[in-house]
Parts: sequence; C-alpha cells; structure tokens
Amino acid sequence: MSDKLATFTTANWETDVLKSAIPVLVDFWAPWCGPCRMITPVVEALSDKYAGKIKFGKLNVDENQKVSMDYGIRGIPTLILFKNGRVAEQVVGVQSKEAMSKMLDRHV
Amino acid sequence: MSRYDCIIIGGGPAGLAAAIYTGRARIKTLVLEKGATGGQLLLTDNVENYPGFIQTDGGQLMEKFLEQAQRFGAELGYGEVREVHADGREFGVVTEEQTYAARSVIVATGSSHRHLGVPGEQEFWGKGVSVCATCDGAFFRDQVVSVVGGGDSALTEALFLKNLCSTVQVIHRREELRAERILHERATAAPNIKFIWNSVVQEIVGEQTVTALRIRDVKTNSVAEIPTSAVFVSIGMTPNSIFLRDFIRLDHNGYVLATHQMATSRPGIFVAGDVRTNSLRQVATSVGDGVTAAMSLELWLEDPSLIPPYVS
Repeated sequence: MSDKLATFTTANWETDVLKSAIPVLVDFWAPWCGPCRMITPVVEALSDKYAGKIKFGKLNVDENQKVSMDYGIRGIPTLILFKNGRVAEQVVGVQSKEAMSKMLDRHV
Repeated sequence: MSRYDCIIIGGGPAGLAAAIYTGRARIKTLVLEKGATGGQLLLTDNVENYPGFIQTDGGQLMEKFLEQAQRFGAELGYGEVREVHADGREFGVVTEEQTYAARSVIVATGSSHRHLGVPGEQEFWGKGVSVCATCDGAFFRDQVVSVVGGGDSALTEALFLKNLCSTVQVIHRREELRAERILHERATAAPNIKFIWNSVVQEIVGEQTVTALRIRDVKTNSVAEIPTSAVFVSIGMTPNSIFLRDFIRLDHNGYVLATHQMATSRPGIFVAGDVRTNSLRQVATSVGDGVTAAMSLELWLEDPSLIPPYVS
C-alpha cells in the first residue's frame, strides 16, 4: 500500500478525519475489490496535486465495519470528501483524475 | 506541446502489448491511461488461460506488461482522452489537462459495463446498484439480492453471491440462458438461485438504499414489484468509443471497424482489443491485436500505402 496515503481506522477516525483542519478525501476500499486497485493511482496523483490543501487516505471497509456502516457504504470504491467533519461530496466507482479534480476544486 | 510518433489510448493488455512493440521499434510512444494501467483485467484475481502462466493474478500480470513496455522506452501518462482530431499531418489527442501531438494513434480503450438506463439506477448507484459482485456482495450478506442478465458474467456473479446471500434472483429477459453449459448447470443446482424468466427491470425502487425492483413480464406485460436489497447489473459491455464517433467508423453497437491489420477508416489511426468490432475479449487476443496494430503502425509510418484503411 502506498505511503502517500494515510490509513484511516475506526480508532483514528475522529481525530484524523472528522476533526481535521483541512478537508479529507477518504477512499473506502477492500483488498478483494478490483476497481479499488484501479482507483489507487488516481487518488495518489490527486494527493500530489492537492498536497497541503486536502488530506488523502484509505479506509479498509472490512476491518472498519462500524465507520463504513455509519456512512451507509454499499459499494466500493466509495470516495467521500469530508469538510469540517461533514460529508461534502460522495462518489462511487472508478473516477478519472479530471472528474475528481473538478469536484475537489469546489472545496479548496 | 508534447509530440510523439505514436500515442496509445488505453493501458490495458492491448495497449501495453502494442507499447512493447512500438517501444522496441524505437517509435517514440506515449500510453495514455485514464485510471490505472491494466484495464478490465485488474478486476480478475484469477487468470488461468493466458499461455505461459499456469495461474496468475490480473494485476500482477499487468504490472509485468507495464514494466516490459517501459523497459523499451514507452512513456506512461494519465488523462482521459476527450477528442482526437486531424491537425495537418499529425493528430491532436486532447485530454482535459493538455493536448498531445501524434503522428499515429492506437485506440485501445476497451469497454465498460452496460447500464440498464432505468429510473433509480443512477440514484442508487453504490447504494444497492452494482456491477461487481465480488466488490459489493459482502455488503448484502444474508439478504435477498438480484442479478440482471443471462450470460456468462451474470451467472458467474450469481454463483458468487449464492454463498453470501440468502436468495439470488436472476432476472432474464428471455426464457433460456446464453451462458455456458457448465455455469448453467451449477446455477440450476443451487437451491438459493431463483430464475425469473421473460422479465425486464423497469425501475429500481428504494429510499436510502435499494428496496425493490419493478419488473415487467415481456410476454404478458404485467408489472410486479419484487423486494431486493441489491441489484447486480450484468447485461454485457459497451465500447469506450463515444469520443471517436465522428472521427472514425464504428459499427452499429459502437465498436471500431477495422481491417485484419487493425487499420481503422482513417489512415494513421489503429485499434486493438475489446473496443474493436468482433473482439473475443480475451487477454491473449487483445495482446494479438496490440501487436498487430503496432506492427502495422510501424509499416505505415515508413510508407502509408503499405497499410490501407478500412473501407466497407
């Protein structure tokens, strides 16, 4: 797994995501999900592009079922942008870097 | 503007196989990928019919393809191509972020899952509507789910889901399956797979997530609502060719028409893999297409008269 991206868990969710000073993009994924592998390089490229402005990380839905249930995750990859602890954007499935950039630009 | 002798659109098996050959031929090559290299093959964790590999993982196989292409000098860039146009003796390949110039192009954009196009599908995408049972099946453990379709992929999805879910309803618009015999036998033998024949989905119903499907019997026209927590759409593929529809000739389903040398209707534009008409959609045949396209392109760059374009 990439070291460009943070690892979010039930334990650090509150401090690292909900209370983050900057917006956070969370990639909800699981190891058995092929499309999740497809989106990883897109998320990594975005983390370079928005370095310092948006925090990027992944949450394994298999190991953190409470968080994924709280947000009603029913399909992966799901990408959620959190701003001040709230869901600001949510998309499901493989996205292009351009489409994601458009979405993120609205929040930086 | 960045200039290349060859731009390959799509970094799946066809595109990367082409890049190995163009790279080795010292043709300055860029592979443009919109997501991750590997294409549909990344969705397969078990490949056992690619010669030379008794059994491998799609992702690992594709890493090797990429490494091999880069070893011969092919460059890799990210971006979704919006448009290709003729620009004098070159082609302009346009992504949202930049425009590249190329003397020749190989279209290896593959195909995507076809959607039902019914109310509720977009709204509940990722909230019970899915195209990937291995990804999302686990969210519906011990629940009633539905699969739409009657081909190999629909039954493969149903057979995967039967181990997780209480009931799997397979909704098919005909009275018989198109799927291979072996899949058909396994599905019929499974006590919790139920077939709903001659039926099409009219609407996906739900609140926060999917709760039911409204289906219509195509013979009697009667409409029924059946409860389900999820619907896995498996009604085939559609080619990723829409950005080319005014530029090269496509067949009536949108697949790119080509000669046996992988030449399209426009000189200098070649095609390879699942986006080509009559593709067999195998890794091995996509590789064959990619290699053919690369070798045709090499000849075409030397002397265009050697590779005639597609004419109907």
